[in-house]
Amino acid sequence: MAKKTPEIPSASMADIAFMLLIFFLVTTTMDTDSGITRMLPPPVPPDQKNNDDIKIKERNVFVVLINRNDQLLVEGQQMQINELKAKAKEFIENPVDDINLPEKDAQDIPLLGTVMVSKQVISLQNDRGTSYGMYIQAQNELAAAYNELRDEFSLRKFGRKFDDLDEEKQGAVKDLYPQRISEAEPKNYGGGK
Amino acid sequence: MAKFRKDSSKELPPVSTASLPDIVFMLLFFFMVSTSIKEVELKVAIKAPMATEIKKLEKKSLVSNIYVGEPKKQFLKNMGTEPRIQLNDQFAEVADIGSYIEEERSKISEVERPFMTISLKVDENTKMGIVTDIKQQLRRVSALKLNYSTRKKDK
Repeated sequence: MAKKTPEIPSASMADIAFMLLIFFLVTTTMDTDSGITRMLPPPVPPDQKNNDDIKIKERNVFVVLINRNDQLLVEGQQMQINELKAKAKEFIENPVDDINLPEKDAQDIPLLGTVMVSKQVISLQNDRGTSYGMYIQAQNELAAAYNELRDEFSLRKFGRKFDDLDEEKQGAVKDLYPQRISEAEPKNYGGGK
Repeated sequence: MAKFRKDSSKELPPVSTASLPDIVFMLLFFFMVSTSIKEVELKVAIKAPMATEIKKLEKKSLVSNIYVGEPKKQFLKNMGTEPRIQLNDQFAEVADIGSYIEEERSKISEVERPFMTISLKVDENTKMGIVTDIKQQLRRVSALKLNYSTRKKDK
């Protein structure tokens, strides 16, 4: 009786296997494509010479320039990439109605009622010699500025982050902080390739 | 009870193989899920830039890829070190993009055409000049939905 070895119970084997399977299913990240999504402006009709006559007031435009040495010039002052987000947020939000920051316009947005929507536009211009990595970083910081503002507003108004809101509320918040990143028609400032 | 125990007294019981199928299936599932089939062989070296504000590309069938980067070592002799464009399996010029997009577009059903997305997979050290040229080409053929492929960076 004492010598006897009990058989290993195999009934729970399947459970263990499934547990492992689920563990791997959850933890494995599949190599999905992801990235920053942007819409390009529609092509300019050839008969249209210049749409420079559509004037946007200077205070409404946030100019971000990147030169061929990957240096940033934001609203006329040189800046590091990590300062860009805070500056852009301040510009979009214009919390104290600074006369140098964008105008606001009363608009009716469903769910939010009449709110002041800023007329901001962000203009991103780069040289042909700018590195792609730098360009993406700038795009990323600007997108982050919008996303953070939307998140902050959503938390205040609905008590949830923007991503967790339903579609209707997301639409309303998007209307309040529309993402307007404009890229200038490419110009070559004699910078070579 | 004692009666039963006596039967299997001295022999070592064999390890149960009843769960082997489960284990095999588990492995099978694991590999099925984690393996991504490579559609094209990359001829250019691409190290995508990092970003935090990224979105996943949903419908793979609606995505067309444009690769830009320095040619890999074995092509250096013919192609030089300047960043090149790769469409499908071969090197291409900026001017080829229009026809490539038209071709890709014809593969998509008409209903889904407006949702066609172009994924730009560009090496981070590439200069913007070539990217700007590509974007101008894309605008010309009205392929406006663009995705800059990036790697995820933690905040």
